[in-house]
Amino acid sequence: MTQVLARLLGRLPIGWLQLTHNRGRLVSALAGVAFANVLVFMQLGFLGALIESIRLPYAMMEADILVQAADANTLQDGSPLPRQRMLQALATPGVASASAVYYGRLDWKQPDGTIRTLDVLGIDPRERVLRAPEVEAAREALMISGTALIDRGTRNVPPALFDGIEAGMPYTIEANNRRVTIVDTFRVGGGFGADGYLLVSDQTFLKIFRSRQAGAPNLVLLRAAPGEDPAALTARLRERIAAPDVAVRTVPEAVARDQRFQTTQRPVGVVFGFGIVIGALVGIIIVYQILATDVADHLREYATFKAIGYRQGFFLGIVLEEAVILGLLGFLPGLMATLGLYALVTQATGLPLAMPLLRPLTVLAGTIALCALSGAVATRRLARADPAELF
Amino acid sequence: MSAPAISVRGLDHAFGQDEARRQVLFGLDLDIAAGELVVLLGASGSGKTTLLTLLGCLREVQAGSVRVLGQELNGATEATRIAVRRRLGFIFQAHNLHESLTARQNVLMGLEVHGRVLRAAEAAAHVLSLLGLGDRLDYLPAKLSGGQKQRVAVARALVGNPDIVFADEPTAALDRDSGRVVVELLRGLGRARGTTTLMVTHDTRILELADRILRMEDGRILAG
Repeated sequence: MTQVLARLLGRLPIGWLQLTHNRGRLVSALAGVAFANVLVFMQLGFLGALIESIRLPYAMMEADILVQAADANTLQDGSPLPRQRMLQALATPGVASASAVYYGRLDWKQPDGTIRTLDVLGIDPRERVLRAPEVEAAREALMISGTALIDRGTRNVPPALFDGIEAGMPYTIEANNRRVTIVDTFRVGGGFGADGYLLVSDQTFLKIFRSRQAGAPNLVLLRAAPGEDPAALTARLRERIAAPDVAVRTVPEAVARDQRFQTTQRPVGVVFGFGIVIGALVGIIIVYQILATDVADHLREYATFKAIGYRQGFFLGIVLEEAVILGLLGFLPGLMATLGLYALVTQATGLPLAMPLLRPLTVLAGTIALCALSGAVATRRLARADPAELF
Repeated sequence: MSAPAISVRGLDHAFGQDEARRQVLFGLDLDIAAGELVVLLGASGSGKTTLLTLLGCLREVQAGSVRVLGQELNGATEATRIAVRRRLGFIFQAHNLHESLTARQNVLMGLEVHGRVLRAAEAAAHVLSLLGLGDRLDYLPAKLSGGQKQRVAVARALVGNPDIVFADEPTAALDRDSGRVVVELLRGLGRARGTTTLMVTHDTRILELADRILRMEDGRILAG
């Protein structure tokens, strides 16, 4: 290793030799860097999970364009829409079909008295509204009033319950004083709002949520005719349905808007964004402490080198060498620990924590950049002093 | 006669500011010719080390003129000072070796300051052998005795073929024989290559090897 670095640097790899000279300190320094990495990775993971959990229900919908209430920021809020808007949309050339979706939130009381929150979606079971094949297969069953599908990813529900349902033993729950029988499962995955999803027919939905009316769904899904450009069609629809109570968006637009809203306006999103900054700051402080202590401990040696005739750039080189080594070596255990923690959190919360390929590269580059910055600051003390003052 | 290696005129130096100000050097005049081995004697606190660090570009000159290798150091830029340092060898009171580097690597540091040097490892090993450390090349300082460490420091100062060697009590940690080996080596370099040596010492055993002996007292040079 020393040989390789010597060849690479064109000089003795003093930083490497210094770091490996004191193994105990090297290990604790690497632990510090790894810890800072884990901090940032976890915050990025949570933020990523938030963004992903927002996208998942949209991705499930068989739609090109969404008609939402103008005051809706997410799928879960906003006023109901007049059903007339759906008819207006259907009358627009280029729209192949439309489906109304009803949304409501249900408290599901568990046998032990605790509550699970479910996002309830009401759809017309005669149409293909959701893409999932398990939903396709269960449309027939949903036509029977009072039946439902439950999200297999629902948090804090014993898996045995889902296994039983899938094995053909329907499970009846009480929903707003109505009996609803869960006949099968489908899969979405919980977000930061509700614990999971419940899928019912529009008829069943209106029985559970008696204040809601058939003439006022929450969402209208539109499918463009083959060969029709969704963006151009959206522009036409906006002219056609020029009502102040609705907003027409392509699905990607709606997803992006929802994600932007929840990451910048909702406390969770802001907290995770803030957490990333705090994690990076803690990381800088840890690495700066490590490097500054190292410079202070080697001040005599550096003064000697300075007396021999080495320039300031040489010392900066040593500290940057140390910074890069610490950044690289600390990153791997940090990444390993993170992957373990992601799996653990996913298992415990059902949140979709995943590691996209780009994230480790970004964090590694950031780690090395911050290490180098801390190193540059740590050598400032050396720059001004006369060698004789440092002995 | 060629220009002196070192030429000092009216050199004053003080530490501290205002009321805490304490002057340690008073109007020094000094000339040392190229190739001379000069020993500087004096009680501790007489200003020997301060003079040495000023001549070695390790401290900024405050007042007076200091010319080293023809270069005025009073008001010299950092770049000039670095260029002069690279032509000097400095042997410190404490060995000041880098604890993470082996004997050979420490000596290499005296060579690498000049950039990439061909056969640098061999050159470092050769100088260490001259000082009787041929079998200790890859030892870390922690595994060397005080005298051995001091000899590594001597090797580091000499490996770059300096024009002037400054030595601050280089034989203090050495036994009688190796102390003499070091000083004879320095004198041999003076004869062969015209290397100038200015050495601070309390060691009376090596005075006979000096070309000239200077005495300092209370920041003044007594006899030349």
